[in-house]
Amino acid sequence: MSLEEQQSDEPAELESGVSRGDELADLLGDLVVGREEHMNAPGLVIRPDEVQDALFKLRDEAGFDHLSCVTAQEYEDRYESIYHLTKFDDRTDEVSVVVPTSKDNPVSQSAEPVFRTADWHEREAYDLVGIQYEDHPDLRRILLPETWQGHPLGLDYDQDRPQIATLREHANPLEEDHRAGDSNTMYINIGPHHPATHGVLHVETVVDGEQVVDLESDIGYLHRCEEQMCQQGTYRHQIMPYPDRWDYISAGLLNEWAYARTAEDLADIEVPEYAQIIRTMSAELCRIASHMIALGTFALDVYGDFTAIFMYAMRDREIVQNILEDLTGQRMMFNYFRLGGVVWDLPEPREEFFEKIRDFLDGLPQALEEYHDMITSNEILQARTVGTGVLPPEVAKSYGATGPVARGSGIDYDLRRDDSYGYYDELDWDVVVEDGCDNFSRLLVRMREVEESAKIIQQCVDLLEDWPEDERNIQANVPRTLKPEEDTEIYRAVEGAKGELGIYIRADGTDKPARFKIRSPCFSNLQTLPEMSEGEYIPDMIASLGSLDIVLGEVDR
Amino acid sequence: MSSEQKPFVTDDTQVQTETRDARMAGADDRFNSKLREAFGSSPFILTKFDKFMNWVRGSSMFMLQFGIACCSIEMMHTYAIKHDLDRFAAGVPRASPRQADVIIVPGTIVSKFAPRMKRVYDQMPEPKFVVGMGSCTISGGPFQEGYNVIKGAEEVIPVDIHIPGCPPRPEALIYGIAKLQERIANGESSPVTVKPYELEQFGDLERDEIVDKLAAQIDEDDLVMRYNWADSP
Ligand code: SF4
Repeated sequence: MSLEEQQSDEPAELESGVSRGDELADLLGDLVVGREEHMNAPGLVIRPDEVQDALFKLRDEAGFDHLSCVTAQEYEDRYESIYHLTKFDDRTDEVSVVVPTSKDNPVSQSAEPVFRTADWHEREAYDLVGIQYEDHPDLRRILLPETWQGHPLGLDYDQDRPQIATLREHANPLEEDHRAGDSNTMYINIGPHHPATHGVLHVETVVDGEQVVDLESDIGYLHRCEEQMCQQGTYRHQIMPYPDRWDYISAGLLNEWAYARTAEDLADIEVPEYAQIIRTMSAELCRIASHMIALGTFALDVYGDFTAIFMYAMRDREIVQNILEDLTGQRMMFNYFRLGGVVWDLPEPREEFFEKIRDFLDGLPQALEEYHDMITSNEILQARTVGTGVLPPEVAKSYGATGPVARGSGIDYDLRRDDSYGYYDELDWDVVVEDGCDNFSRLLVRMREVEESAKIIQQCVDLLEDWPEDERNIQANVPRTLKPEEDTEIYRAVEGAKGELGIYIRADGTDKPARFKIRSPCFSNLQTLPEMSEGEYIPDMIASLGSLDIVLGEVDR
Repeated sequence: MSSEQKPFVTDDTQVQTETRDARMAGADDRFNSKLREAFGSSPFILTKFDKFMNWVRGSSMFMLQFGIACCSIEMMHTYAIKHDLDRFAAGVPRASPRQADVIIVPGTIVSKFAPRMKRVYDQMPEPKFVVGMGSCTISGGPFQEGYNVIKGAEEVIPVDIHIPGCPPRPEALIYGIAKLQERIANGESSPVTVKPYELEQFGDLERDEIVDKLAAQIDEDDLVMRYNWADSP
């Protein structure tokens, strides 16, 4: 695809002495009507009817091939959509395209023709904030029910006004016989309560025989207003409990890190090295726990194996959870990170704690061997997963897929390395990439990532063990109330268990964020499902869904 | 009495007696159970049929495989090894509501999901029991103030047992289920109350002014549902 070729001539531009913002502004020429500075990237202000031109230019001529997130927000005098662009090849090269629209006519051009991932992101912006996107293929509500009144993240939304809808508007689409004409297709609802959807996902499928003709995921059954909750909390303490509940499959610490990283950069807090190592170690433990469940439920999906592999995976998770419980005091909702460090030091006696981790790591190779015996070298599983659910790399990029889904499609992209944070760049580990692009390679990526995580943990434990006792500094000095300056904006991401987990914060000079936007990896990854399964058999669709490893708490937020 | 009737006459009553003796006596104590003791040497027990049914109901519960949010991960751990809920006769989850007696509601219920959950609950055969797991099913939990969050499962379906925690530990869930079994065995279950959801179905709209105002626009026999339950009666 043209994306790949364009990147070759891109470094030449970087060489020049002018700032990145000027350079890009030059490239876009008259399209830029103003400039902003965000903490992570230069911001270019674009007129609402020229969004596509600007984005096409940035994508094809400057190589920005990853639309990471779309943030929508309402100011006193205008609406604003921000497109956070970056590159799969160079994560640190970022630009924000800011598109203001007027209050009385909030219409802005859609970015969907440029980046397909914009489809859902803009629907969400429409749903929650109320910006209309012209040219959008299907501008409907996405998280809230169709019949919802008002846009809850808008400024004048009154949450106590009862929402009333007639049941007729909510009629069951299957109540009547849906036999239409002489077509041979059949409409099937999978979910929202279905064991294979991993939570409350609703997949509307049209099948012809056993083949999926058309498929649409209907989300929003777990939209718990996470963004609103975070906007109501103070930076210092009240926000941290919520990230645990985004990706709740024990990936809590990875999510907490996303918030910690963003807020620390926003308030310019330096984290002590010792705390960084603890963070790195515990976060990787979470990753193992999370991948274990992905493994167990995938086997459950593919051959309904509730007895062996699922239980094995649970067994290993229990061990990880015990370790994390020793460290943080909770099995799942850790609330362990603080801005500027972690809440407390490793549990005493330290030797015992290290011993526990070491035991787990020693047993892991054997456990993985078992998994490989039972799963990856199992013929049934191979027959079901090799070559099914194919997701070519260009498609994955266009949908903004990240994490194991992208790495299973041969995209070498991992924020731990590409935009390093914590202690990762000091350690010795590899990014796992498989280029099979199918369900099987996504599974393999996860299994091999567990090994890499184990390597990281091993090195962290070694470091922690030898750390001099009087230098165990677990928290930086952080002011009691944090009030970042008005109008500072930042977008930062970390590598969560499922991919790039980003957070956008706009400060307004108070101790609470004015806008808190979560970029969830699953939200973008789930968008690839129709691409992978249309034309395939229904069971392959289930396998693809399993291999995406979504968490509805994070999809819906 | 009836113990003298022998519908199936076999020659070797001797064998039976021996087996029975072996079971009654210490040698093979593991065969012994309260039930067998109650049987004694007579093949009959006297009990009320209701009581017997309640006992059976409590000792063999089919759970619905129903995951909503974070709590469902702890629920999976409760089903899986180490905690193994099956030990307490509340075993492997059933995927279909038509085969289930107990629904554990593990997570936050939001406006879009509430009607679906109600439907799943309605599809379960009577008698059915509900275990609310986690703070979210009690009050909305950490998301209580959210615009989209139902303030507790009680708003939608009647709940027998509430298990607090965020999430409750597997031990807590097991305790809650044991309590439910106890209640079932004693023949108790929560009274079926009419929920706001149903109230409105029956057109009892007076108590809500806004509904009144809107009523003019609504067909006489049209039904009404609400998404936020902030000021439900
Ligand atoms: S009670 Fe806590 S753990 Fe359970 S669903 Fe609610 S937020 Fe999640």
